[in-house]
Amino acid sequence: MTNDKLSRRRALGLGVAALAFPAAPGALAQPAVGRAMPREFNLTLSHVTANITGRRRPAMSINGQIPGPVLRFREGEEVVINVTNRLREHTSIHWHGLILPSGQDGVPGISDGFQGIDAGGTHQYRFPLVQAGTYWYHSHSGVQEQSGIYGSIVIDPATPEPFGYDRDYIVQLSDWTDETPSHVIANLKRDPGYYNYNKRTLASLVGELRRAPDGAARSAIVSDRIMWGDMRMDPTDIEDVGGYTYLVNGHTPAQNFTSLFRPGETVRLRFINSGAMTHFDVRIPGLEMTVVQAHGNNVRPVAVDEFRIAPAETFDVLVRPRDGRQYQVLAESMGRQGFAQFSLATREGLPALPLPPHRPRPVLTMADMGVNYGPSGLDRGTPLPEVDAPGHVAPMDMGGMDHSSMQVPAGGSAGMQQGSMGGMNHGSMAGMEHSSMAGMNHAGMAGMNHGAMGGMPGMDHSSMPGRNHGSTGAGATGGMDHGAMGHGGMAMPDPLVNDVGALPGARVLSYRDLRAAKPLYPVREPTRVIEIRLTGNMERYFWSINGNSFSQAQPIQLHLGERARFRFVNETMMNHPMHLHGMWMIPQVGNGAENPLLHTVNIKPGSTVDVDIEADAPGGWAFHCHMLYHMETGMMRKVSVVAARQSVSAR
Amino acid sequence: MAMKTKSIQTAAALAVLSLAALQAAPAYAQAMQHSTEPPFSHEVFTGAVLFEKLEYGWGLDGPNIGRWDGQAWYGGDVNRVWLKTEGEMARNGRVESAEIQLLYSRLVGYYWDFQAGVRYDIRPQPDRFYGVIGLQGLAPGMFEVDLQGFVSERGDLSARAEVSYDAYITQRLVLQPNIEANFALQKVPELHVGSGINDVEAGLRLRYEVTREISPYIGVGYERKLGDTARYARNEGEDVGGWTFMTGIRLFF
Repeated sequence: MTNDKLSRRRALGLGVAALAFPAAPGALAQPAVGRAMPREFNLTLSHVTANITGRRRPAMSINGQIPGPVLRFREGEEVVINVTNRLREHTSIHWHGLILPSGQDGVPGISDGFQGIDAGGTHQYRFPLVQAGTYWYHSHSGVQEQSGIYGSIVIDPATPEPFGYDRDYIVQLSDWTDETPSHVIANLKRDPGYYNYNKRTLASLVGELRRAPDGAARSAIVSDRIMWGDMRMDPTDIEDVGGYTYLVNGHTPAQNFTSLFRPGETVRLRFINSGAMTHFDVRIPGLEMTVVQAHGNNVRPVAVDEFRIAPAETFDVLVRPRDGRQYQVLAESMGRQGFAQFSLATREGLPALPLPPHRPRPVLTMADMGVNYGPSGLDRGTPLPEVDAPGHVAPMDMGGMDHSSMQVPAGGSAGMQQGSMGGMNHGSMAGMEHSSMAGMNHAGMAGMNHGAMGGMPGMDHSSMPGRNHGSTGAGATGGMDHGAMGHGGMAMPDPLVNDVGALPGARVLSYRDLRAAKPLYPVREPTRVIEIRLTGNMERYFWSINGNSFSQAQPIQLHLGERARFRFVNETMMNHPMHLHGMWMIPQVGNGAENPLLHTVNIKPGSTVDVDIEADAPGGWAFHCHMLYHMETGMMRKVSVVAARQSVSAR
Repeated sequence: MAMKTKSIQTAAALAVLSLAALQAAPAYAQAMQHSTEPPFSHEVFTGAVLFEKLEYGWGLDGPNIGRWDGQAWYGGDVNRVWLKTEGEMARNGRVESAEIQLLYSRLVGYYWDFQAGVRYDIRPQPDRFYGVIGLQGLAPGMFEVDLQGFVSERGDLSARAEVSYDAYITQRLVLQPNIEANFALQKVPELHVGSGINDVEAGLRLRYEVTREISPYIGVGYERKLGDTARYARNEGEDVGGWTFMTGIRLFF
């Protein structure tokens, strides 16, 4: 046992030492981190020059390194962290995924009493660690995270974990751009397709037509083009930002970060996605991965061949390489713009294995749009904010209730203003007759005139079963046959399944595979359903929740002790990894009491997902999309958890 | 002589203005406020400058002519300030037409801005002020549309419609057809403007996006004055239109 622990520590030590090597030797100061830190930790943020791609570019570092040092804590202890700001601007550090008092959470203007750290100042954080697992930390000011203000956290458990391993490595994925982050925003604002060099073109149209087997296929291709043009949307818009170099612990693919193993050993890989804007599809050709932790929480081990990791997520996996060969760990960006990669090998210094060709780039379909035919008029959040009072309440549905028993929204005037939303009972839609769908004639989808669709009362998404079938596990939807949800032969995508383009038969992780090993909360019905519509204007590049950008939004109020159900409805064509600070998010994936505890839940385009929140942490908490530029341009809210009595007078 | 000096000065002033706008764009981007200062505002202010046309044209049956058409904006998500300018310059440096618009712009639909402000025509003489209202945005089918209505300081009403489309042949080679038409509700003899449709201008430009910022192009255009406007032109011994080959550069910062 002691030996085991020692070797474990040494293994991590190697990992940390590797981390400590700056990505650009000479450009960054050599850090003095190489082993677990003492109880008091010091982080110093400063401007540096980094050379990731061969060009010297301005960056920001923590203790002179990118990523920042590994913070190794122990469950049950209290830590003091002194953050010194040597930047020429305001800053903050947020401890992502940690359960702590609001005042220590580190979001300026939202966390109780915290206004950020002035240039030249030092702020002392102090909090107890009530959990174990893999987490990370990053700046919550502006877009500093993209510049390098991020690092990893490992909290050793107070009690032994239900799995064993011989070696332990942190795999912190990130995306680096030579552009300054403010330029990236300016570029997206003036041309949302600025970075997209995979647009549909006339040349690609000729190619598609040539490959088409028959006339029907050709006319479908042309109609599809016309339809997307009519919607003024781009189906190739998978990733907003380009020009990234994808890193593992600060190392480029060519630098080939290497984790050592001896054949037969079990290696724990703590994957952390610290990418600002990148979903990664992770696989290790020739090795099966067993997911043992998700977002820091133990899950029942599940063997997979591949998983998609959204920004801010963490997954801990165990691998057991039996051969003494070099394994290549591939993290392919969702939009197939590049790879992050590192090696599992028996010795250091091997050259990187050649990267495989990219798998096909995904193209959005009408199904990804949630059969929502593009923005119409003032819908989808722009330009005028819709009624959106604190605690926006959607009608409640309980299990197999029918339409007639729809509950009047609770919560007084806030709910009353939502009168027109009365019909938006997503959960109960599952019970809808398919015949009513047939009447909508989606068969002719390709050639559909969306102007006419706008006039169809049935087009309201509230009455679209397909759109809502993903209200995962919201009572009646549990047993739905997704395959049967086709619209004119087009299957609706499962909101929890990631189509990574893996070979048939490959096991790709879904939230549905995650079962909490030790559920923290007993199952109970939520007190309220709060509809969280993810909205935005792709053309102007600003994002919002329920039509309100952060600058114009009211806080969402939760009552201390209640169990609220956030019903996410993604009305955009982008993925949005939604992150709530301070409290666990429990996506209703159909695993009952074993629904996983996550800090970030990725909501796929056009899908609806129910997520329960036990409001047990009083104070102000940030709630936002973890796509950095989505958050920065408005997809953020404050969640206030207040004692029930207070809430009446709080506003 | 004095006339010519003045026109050169005007042209120089416009050139300086355009360059200043170009210079200012990156500065705007740099100075963009991220509001890390509490309380957060999180509304991002930013700007852009686009010169869709900066070209020289060879008239097949008319004079050679230089032309510019640019616009710039700065502001937040919903409210913005726009600056638009366009004009033509003869080969001898004489500015035939030059206008500049300063507009307030407000997002009124997912793809549409309502705009209102003033337009000042330095050329043709006599110079003139106009009030402007307009609608600019992206129409179904991905057509860039700019519709403007004008009322001059004399109370004359006129309008302009511009539509263009970017057809991506490859990821960097873009064919852009565009059409512009001017209308007037009444004659304005001193400006050689008749009533009805005054002129129609169509162009087809093929640009190569070296970067999104810099795209050289070649193109062909057809322009035609109509009705009384054409008659005025004929009486002055001017052309009523014709074909032009042009080459130029599109700048987007």
